[in-house]
Amino acid sequence: MKILVPIKRAIDYNVKVRVKADNSDVDLNNVKMAINPFCEIAVEEAIRLKEKGIATEIIVVSIGEKAVQEQIRTGLALGADRGIHIETSEKLDSLQIAKLLKTVVDKESPDLIILGKQAIDSDNNQTGQMLAALSNMPQGTFASEVNVADGKVNVTREIDGGLQTVALSLPAVVTTDLRLNEPRYASLPNIMKAKRKPIDVIDAADLGVNLASNIKLLKVMAPQQRKGGVKVADVAELVDKLRNEAKVIS
Amino acid sequence: MSILVYAEHDNETLKSETNKLVHAASAVGSDITLLVAGANCADVAKQAAKIDGVGKVLLADNAAYEHQLPENIAELVVELASDYTHVFAAATTTGKNFMPRVAALLDVAQISDIIEVVSDDTFVRPIYAGNAIATVQSADVKKIVTVRAAAFDAAGNDGSASIESTDIVKVSEKSSFVSAELTESERPELTAADVIISGGRGMQNGENFALLNGIADKLGAAIGASRAAVDAGFVPNDMQVGQTGKIVAPQLYIAVGISGAIQHLAGMKDSKVIVAINKDEEAPIFQVADYGLVGDLFEELPKLDAALS
Repeated sequence: MKILVPIKRAIDYNVKVRVKADNSDVDLNNVKMAINPFCEIAVEEAIRLKEKGIATEIIVVSIGEKAVQEQIRTGLALGADRGIHIETSEKLDSLQIAKLLKTVVDKESPDLIILGKQAIDSDNNQTGQMLAALSNMPQGTFASEVNVADGKVNVTREIDGGLQTVALSLPAVVTTDLRLNEPRYASLPNIMKAKRKPIDVIDAADLGVNLASNIKLLKVMAPQQRKGGVKVADVAELVDKLRNEAKVIS
Repeated sequence: MSILVYAEHDNETLKSETNKLVHAASAVGSDITLLVAGANCADVAKQAAKIDGVGKVLLADNAAYEHQLPENIAELVVELASDYTHVFAAATTTGKNFMPRVAALLDVAQISDIIEVVSDDTFVRPIYAGNAIATVQSADVKKIVTVRAAAFDAAGNDGSASIESTDIVKVSEKSSFVSAELTESERPELTAADVIISGGRGMQNGENFALLNGIADKLGAAIGASRAAVDAGFVPNDMQVGQTGKIVAPQLYIAVGISGAIQHLAGMKDSKVIVAINKDEEAPIFQVADYGLVGDLFEELPKLDAALS
């Protein structure tokens, strides 16, 4: 079974986000970048399926400028077999990303596509579902458990009311939630080995996808800061303040 | 402008997010149709018809829609979408699941998780876990939008819209429902509660969450948790408040034994009043709390419970 894992280069989750002074966007100059945490969970899940003997090949694919090859190398060091880099300097929305990924799906015919449920920069939570729709595949989003057997994948999903399990015929799209697994660290020998694994570079402009976005970013503001309030001495003062000052309890 | 709004429900009861969605949609235009898709959900349609500002309720009542499987729901919405300029759904695990499929099938972008409607093509949404607020404008022919319900007021329930059934049935053979484990609770839902009391890693284990019960009963509160408490296995995932859990904005939010990681703050910082109880006076939660109580939760919670009696 072949697994495709699309990954995104995003701001490191430990970095404090700053808005540019001209409010045109978030300032990413000299900011530490990393593989998006949900994508890391996707890579880990694919590797576990390979370790169980279910998957035979794992391909990681990323879209963007040359720098995304760093994250592809991370995926290869973790255990993926080969990489695909779709090169573009355009700022793309989820729809264009999904269309570009669809061209890879058409070429590689993976049995399973595992992606992060969202990226921690745009917080869109769209790409996996869009790719599934464009590829006419079923989807299991927000997965906390994935079981592949008999040409099907059972996905347990974290939903607002609890958990839901769905059965999907293959090929299918799965998007990962936080509790699916805990990603491993790449070992030094594997990092060295990853340098020799192949990365195919494809120019996005050659894939026949219209890369123009219909979404215009008008401005980006810092959120209103909430001011800390007061410390209360004890429970009696707290209850008094809630009743008589904030008037939120009766 | 004509807006198709997707109703949130469990086949029996309409969820209060729907009222907030309708209110958000009314900022775009007044021609609002509410779609109730489910199985044996005629009662839900009756409840939906009462929401102020709804012109018509469309009822798609078929076994194919019972579990809100996105493969089926998306095809239904796409077929209906030709009559509308906008489709709105809540940014719940249901809306997030099927709406991007709708957008892709219509070949338009989706605008996720809006917190404000500026105009019929311009919306405000948080990015970077709420650390930046973006204003975006869509040039697409149709606007496919998911709404952070907690950011909007609820429309009232004094309306009397007509109910019309649709017999469009879309069934994908590629996906089927296996099972669900839903949390049964007498308490209000997190996303609908006026008061929420949440526990974090400081609760130490799942049994200690019982310390929150008495207080929640007295305040009519829902009980939530931080990601740390869920990851540690203290409580189930559906209790998680935070960027990747539920986004809430109650009148009163009481954070107990929660340090205040950015991920958690993103899910609750729009609450009207925030109370923090934590033994570490340096905990970041105190920077956003209106009222902070430094103390051992195992001593303070019983006192709070008694003080509310």
